[in-house]
Amino acid sequence: MKQFWKSMLRSPSGVVGLVILLLAIAIAVFGPMLFPNSPWRMVQRPFLPPFTLGTVPLGTDALGRDVFAGMIFGARVSLLVGLVSTLVALVVGIPIGAMAGYFGGRVDDALMRFTEFFQTIPSFALAIVLVAILQPSIYSIVASIAVVSWPPVARLVRGEVLSLRTREYVQAAIVTGQSNSWIILREILPNALSPVIVLASLMVATAILLESSLAFLGLGDPNLISWGYMVGAGRTVIRQAWWITVFPGVAILISVLGLNLIGEGLNDALNPRLSREGR
Amino acid sequence: MPKRVLLGLLLACGLAAPALAQEPKTGGVVNAVIQPEPPGLMLAQVQNGPTQMVSGNIFEGLLRYSPKLEPLPELAESWSVSEDAKTYTFKLKKGVTWHDGKPFTAADVLFSMEMLKQTHARARTNLAQVDKIETPDDYTVVFTLKQPFGPFLGIFEVGSMPIVPKHLYEGTDWKTNPYNNAPVGTGPFMFKEWQKGSFIRLVKNPNYHEKGKPYLDEIYWQIIPDAAARSVAYETGKVDVLPGGSVENFDVPRLSKLKDTCVTGAGWEFFSPLAWLWLNNRQGPLADKRVRQAIMYAVDRDFAKDVIWNGLGKVATGPSASTIKYYTDDVKKYPYDPAKAKALLKEAGYKGEKIRLLPLAYGETWQRWGEAVKQNLMDVGMNIETIATDVAGGNQKIGDWDYDIAFTYLYQYGDPALGVGRNYISSNIAKGQVFNNVEGYSNPEIDKLFADGAVATPDSKRKELYEKAQKILVEDVPVAWMLELQFPTITRCKVKNLITTGIGVNDGFKDAWLDK
Repeated sequence: MKQFWKSMLRSPSGVVGLVILLLAIAIAVFGPMLFPNSPWRMVQRPFLPPFTLGTVPLGTDALGRDVFAGMIFGARVSLLVGLVSTLVALVVGIPIGAMAGYFGGRVDDALMRFTEFFQTIPSFALAIVLVAILQPSIYSIVASIAVVSWPPVARLVRGEVLSLRTREYVQAAIVTGQSNSWIILREILPNALSPVIVLASLMVATAILLESSLAFLGLGDPNLISWGYMVGAGRTVIRQAWWITVFPGVAILISVLGLNLIGEGLNDALNPRLSREGR
Repeated sequence: MPKRVLLGLLLACGLAAPALAQEPKTGGVVNAVIQPEPPGLMLAQVQNGPTQMVSGNIFEGLLRYSPKLEPLPELAESWSVSEDAKTYTFKLKKGVTWHDGKPFTAADVLFSMEMLKQTHARARTNLAQVDKIETPDDYTVVFTLKQPFGPFLGIFEVGSMPIVPKHLYEGTDWKTNPYNNAPVGTGPFMFKEWQKGSFIRLVKNPNYHEKGKPYLDEIYWQIIPDAAARSVAYETGKVDVLPGGSVENFDVPRLSKLKDTCVTGAGWEFFSPLAWLWLNNRQGPLADKRVRQAIMYAVDRDFAKDVIWNGLGKVATGPSASTIKYYTDDVKKYPYDPAKAKALLKEAGYKGEKIRLLPLAYGETWQRWGEAVKQNLMDVGMNIETIATDVAGGNQKIGDWDYDIAFTYLYQYGDPALGVGRNYISSNIAKGQVFNNVEGYSNPEIDKLFADGAVATPDSKRKELYEKAQKILVEDVPVAWMLELQFPTITRCKVKNLITTGIGVNDGFKDAWLDK
């Protein structure tokens, strides 16, 4: 573990990514406490440019709502959706992949055909359809993002398990009569996790982007403000009021970038040999 | 003895007077935006907004209406009403020809009524009061009513009652008649071509029955599906006319400031769209009158007008728009007063039950409005949850009465008997409808007032009945009236006289001319 942090902190991109993520989490957790005003409240005159009034530092939108408050509350929704939907995708994808890889044969065939069924549909289109059918709400958005993002997890885990399954220590465990679930959970999965962790960090980034795209198209939860919603709502007035779109857009950019950097840093840290050879 | 009404002619002269200040010039081509692309142009069979806008220049009705909704002559040059208010005699204009050269006669009017009764829902309702229609000669049409019907002279506008050519439709299958795709009317412009997804082209009718008109040579209705692209098309000079609703409200101020640009909210008087919130009177907290009144106090309607609609429109005072006959503002007032709203909610014993709000899925403006109203209501302590939905889904929920608060806006057609009463009388409560009495308000006194008002004579009696109805409704708040909407029409200032009637762009190109 110590080794892990050491190599993680040695990679500059990992450090930058971590700082960004921690900052975003801090804003999401503590921001709404410091700015208790609802981001939906009309507080000032509409289209107030940024940096003109201290109370609304980033200006106001078409209804006179505080863009800064929207950014802070939006961080909460974006991160929450990103983390929870990734978690759900992992919970679905890891067991499917592990079972397919471990049991092989017909089980593998059945599970992989099922996975491919989801992979053949363009993920964004599927997400739109799901949200539209289920009606936009935070739950349906998390669910649909999870549904479109678990197949890669399953494929990855399956590949790892396939290769680990032939190792001696796994064979030994089978010979000593350990139960299948014990072998999968205690022997194989812990050793298959590092690429999954890297993938997960990138999935959070993708999920944030997906949520933003959905909200941009008007398929966000109408009761929650999110960065994607702000960009979508400000899009029509971008020529009169650039700040309504630009600030949340930058927020999406930075947080997605941060998560990608973390993914890179994790990759370096978890595969030290690979990264050293690469340099 | 029938009293002859020549009012129409007098009015026509009055209207023409200001135009004389500048002599109209002949010639020129105008490009206008039509949004969305109409599903068809046969006005007697398709009544969508964009169809009315394009085809209102191809077809004509018996009458037009001034911004004050007084009838003006069009295909009928004069009309008279019998003493008992049951017989209406129209004298048709002579020398009118269809675009294919055949003469227009009373037989066409008679035939049109037959067709409209089958193909035009609103016309069918309007004509339900008619006992028989007779044509004593080629240029006279006599409508005999079952009983006096006050608003009868208000139903002859081109979109409500277009006159179609008998010689092309009689004996054919109306739905599949080839002339549906290339409509033939009596109007100032003739259909020339329609490149689907691109433009509709109308050309001047050289034999138009009003000498000298129309002034323009051609109209191109440009079809541009994206709102931002429509704004750009205006800015780059590709189009000169943006009819109401064709660009987002947020773009209106920017476009209005452009050089040589004129903006007007006029031309919607006949339709008088009134926006309100359906309040489900049947169940939950909204069944209590005090909660409904609290909503009226809680919503900042001036904010909606100034910010969301960019100052266009008017805060509604009650069920009638101020342009509708017998409108009165001598009713209970609901200024923006959150404190009073809170007090009323407390008095009604509202304890934070969840209330569902359905915004109207008609684009950005309506989305923003939904958000603003939600915030207003949350500010006075109501627990509002917005339900996101598309147009069809929203209609379904409203039709199933599966909502608490829902946005809408409806046309009012100039007379309370045509466009107001329908939303409040209990006989109009029916599942599956998105118009009429969706809120489930039922009050025998209101039923009687509207029933009597439709057929009462003389006018002063109708006025009395309708004013009383307005007072009761505003006290009861069956729905929460928001704004009298105005859809700004943006034009290049060189396009003159486009909007001279209460129907606006829909029949406006007849008088329009281009100052080059």
